Amino acid sequence: MFVVIIGCGRLGSRLAIEASKGGMNVVVVDKNKRAFDLLTAEFSGFQVVGDASNQEVLRSAKISDADIVAAVTDNDNVNLMVAQAAKHLFGVGKVLARVTDPLKAEIYAQLGLKVLCPATVAADAIGAEMLK
Amino acid sequence: MRVIIVGGEELVYFLGRLLISGGHSVSVISKNPEDCSEIVRQIKALVICGDGADPRRLEEAQAMRADAVIAVTPRDADNLAVCQIAKHRFEVPRTVALINDPDNETLFKDLGVTLVFNQTRMISSLIQQELSIEDIVNLLPIKEGKVIATEVRIRETHACAGKTLVEMALPKDTLLSVIIRGDSVIIPRGDTKLLADDTAVLISTPQAQGAALRKLTGE
Repeated sequence: MFVVIIGCGRLGSRLAIEASKGGMNVVVVDKNKRAFDLLTAEFSGFQVVGDASNQEVLRSAKISDADIVAAVTDNDNVNLMVAQAAKHLFGVGKVLARVTDPLKAEIYAQLGLKVLCPATVAADAIGAEMLK
Repeated sequence: MRVIIVGGEELVYFLGRLLISGGHSVSVISKNPEDCSEIVRQIKALVICGDGADPRRLEEAQAMRADAVIAVTPRDADNLAVCQIAKHRFEVPRTVALINDPDNETLFKDLGVTLVFNQTRMISSLIQQELSIEDIVNLLPIKEGKVIATEVRIRETHACAGKTLVEMALPKDTLLSVIIRGDSVIIPRGDTKLLADDTAVLISTPQAQGAALRKLTGE
């Protein structure tokens, strides 16, 4: 399995470490070199420094070879553009985008994109816990 | 037409002014509060301060009644989101986006943006044209560059000087539409002669442009 993770913040770095521990080949992309400081020694993949909204950067991350792309930067619009590029332009089979705005997430989900909205996910989990 | 423009100060101001003078009604969504108050001062438009890719701001700008949404922020990802949300949430029939990364042109079109302006390519092709032959100036691309208007300054040394249009036999997909001679404007016919110091306006496809220019200049 080859995974490309866009954004190496708290979520991206954790995803990268978990995927790496799970035996996947991982490339992490972030425009800020210092973001990679969040990666621990357990991470055995590659790092690409660059703005993922630039297709040249996606190509240098070998995105067209990826089985999974997770776009999890702190910018909804960048995540949505990268996810759609991965799906429509680079033919990636499984694509996920993190979208913090629930309304925006709903619109893109209707367009057939796999979106994860942290607020909705957390509300569902907390709600389920409360109703237990 | 009701038009919503999303973006920053300069471009929004000029675009807004142009559209308003053309009789269109304009709303603007802009992030920076200083830009917003400047736009309010300069043009007669509804100005909303906020993120144009936020569906709530588009709703405030009456996107459901808009005929077109134009996204001209400096960030391609924002422009794409604005256009997609306008189209899919508010069923805006025409969406226009400015792009900086030329690679994004295909993606934006595949994703349903009606019109994509590739500013990097437009500027670089203009510069190249200016640098290559100074007698030839690309005036404007029409229909996203599928048709182009080219201005050619005719010199004595050019192959076409003193010839009629029929004698010149310009290639297919080209039309010599106007000749400017001094102060007069001539719509040429087959028997019209081109003279030195004329300015000719050529309409052509990009593919046929080179061959037509070689016929005219003889270079």
